[in-house]
Amino acid sequence: MYVEMKDICKTFDGFQASDHVSFGIEKGQMAALLGPSGSGKTTILRMIAGLDRPDSGDIMIKGFRVNDLPGNKRGIGFVFQNYALFRYMTVADNIGFGLEVQKKSKAEIKARVEELLELISMEDLGKRYPHQLSGGQRQRVAFARALAPDPGLLLLDEPFAAIDAKVRRELRNWLRNMIERVGITSIFVTHDQEEAMEVANQVIIINQGKIEQIGTPEEICFQPKTDFVADFIEADRFLRKGK
Amino acid sequence: MMKKKQRTYQQDLIGDSINSIQKVVQPSEESGNRAVKYLLIGVSALFLFVMLALPLAVVAVNAWKEGWEAYREAVLDEYTIKALQLTLLATGTAVAVNTVFGVFAAFLLSKFYFRGRQALAALIDIPFSISPVIAGLVFILTFGNMGWMGDFLDKYDIKIVFAVPGVILATIFVTFPFVFRELFPVLNAQGKDEEEAAALMGANGWTIFWRITFPHIKWALLYGVILCSARAMGEFGAVSVISGHLRGKTNTLPLHVEILYNEFNTTAAFAVSSVLVALAVLILIGKSLVEWKKK
Repeated sequence: MYVEMKDICKTFDGFQASDHVSFGIEKGQMAALLGPSGSGKTTILRMIAGLDRPDSGDIMIKGFRVNDLPGNKRGIGFVFQNYALFRYMTVADNIGFGLEVQKKSKAEIKARVEELLELISMEDLGKRYPHQLSGGQRQRVAFARALAPDPGLLLLDEPFAAIDAKVRRELRNWLRNMIERVGITSIFVTHDQEEAMEVANQVIIINQGKIEQIGTPEEICFQPKTDFVADFIEADRFLRKGK
Repeated sequence: MMKKKQRTYQQDLIGDSINSIQKVVQPSEESGNRAVKYLLIGVSALFLFVMLALPLAVVAVNAWKEGWEAYREAVLDEYTIKALQLTLLATGTAVAVNTVFGVFAAFLLSKFYFRGRQALAALIDIPFSISPVIAGLVFILTFGNMGWMGDFLDKYDIKIVFAVPGVILATIFVTFPFVFRELFPVLNAQGKDEEEAAALMGANGWTIFWRITFPHIKWALLYGVILCSARAMGEFGAVSVISGHLRGKTNTLPLHVEILYNEFNTTAAFAVSSVLVALAVLILIGKSLVEWKKK
């Protein structure tokens, strides 16, 4: 197991955000945390990243308990929901920031930034500022920035929420291909079951802070274990037909 | 899809109504409308003249009434210079202290969530809602001879009340919220994603502040500093209570003006006022420059 959550509980001001959550993700997998809004999926992601602390339970990465390890020592890259690009830095500086903080040499940073700009096909846009980019380009920059320090685990919080529906499908394919190419273990949060089914090879369904079902997209679709999962998938499918 | 369609429809409706409002309000060439327009402009101009321009003109005219020599004498008077020095000292200290703590407070209250956060924010606003005179009295009751800390301060021969430290403390107190109030909304609106992203990449607090937060609040900070300076220079109430009006020792410019005026030394009073006005104008120019640069 690359990432393992063991019996995690977390409350915010009396609100149970995580209720005995346990799951594991193998190396190289692309897992989706799927659930309605307010179900506690982002909290789980933030706890893995070290942005929030669980009240009880263990978070394991590569077999080590990381509860007391600060986020920057856990070897993770994080893509925020609205990308959180540094608005007063150029695209190149955004991507290079993590390496700069690690006191890498200028030449090394430059080489890595160029490599990543090429990976996201934005070679000529390194000098632009985030506000000069489209939503899709911003997402690509956020992706490159998260990858720059070569993390072992990539966490993405609603990576497509800020993108309009038309481009979303295209970006979804792009992101999945990219992650496969880089070969990085990833977990992403989404409330859109189609997105989860298309992109992930392991889906974790969460409702009210509890895990409802873990399985491949096929298992979730054809063998829903709880009423909630069946309803959630069914309702989503029904809405899509309505369109 | 349905929802989206509905929304655009509503937007159209709103757009239409805005258009029709514009049609109604649009100034036509009819003489009645033109009269209303000039009447409104005239009333505003008159108001500005009576409330702002006239008093300033009175200051200038009275200051120069007895000629250049009298003006020079009043402005270069030993006590005036001392008062100016004290005003600048108090303003400088207050601005420096309030900038540092204002930035800390705004950063803390906008980027961290903890119990009592609201209470702390309300506490910072107290100087805005308290009368400056009461602020001065509070310091006297705390640091004065009969006050809580009187014995302690007496023992070590520290003078705060009726001395320069008291004047500075009162100025700091009265101008405390300015920098914070300018920064807080800006920092709050920014959210904390960028800071979290930087922290996840291993940046320490110092780097995060200077690279991520500071560029965002730069102009608001400068604006806060300017407002704080303006307010600090003009502070009268709190300083008046705590200073004891010791000429050449604890008198700031506004207090000096009052003393001169009460001694029927009108020309000198207005001459010294003109110095304060000049400082205020300088600050206003600075403020306009900041606003212009920001665009």
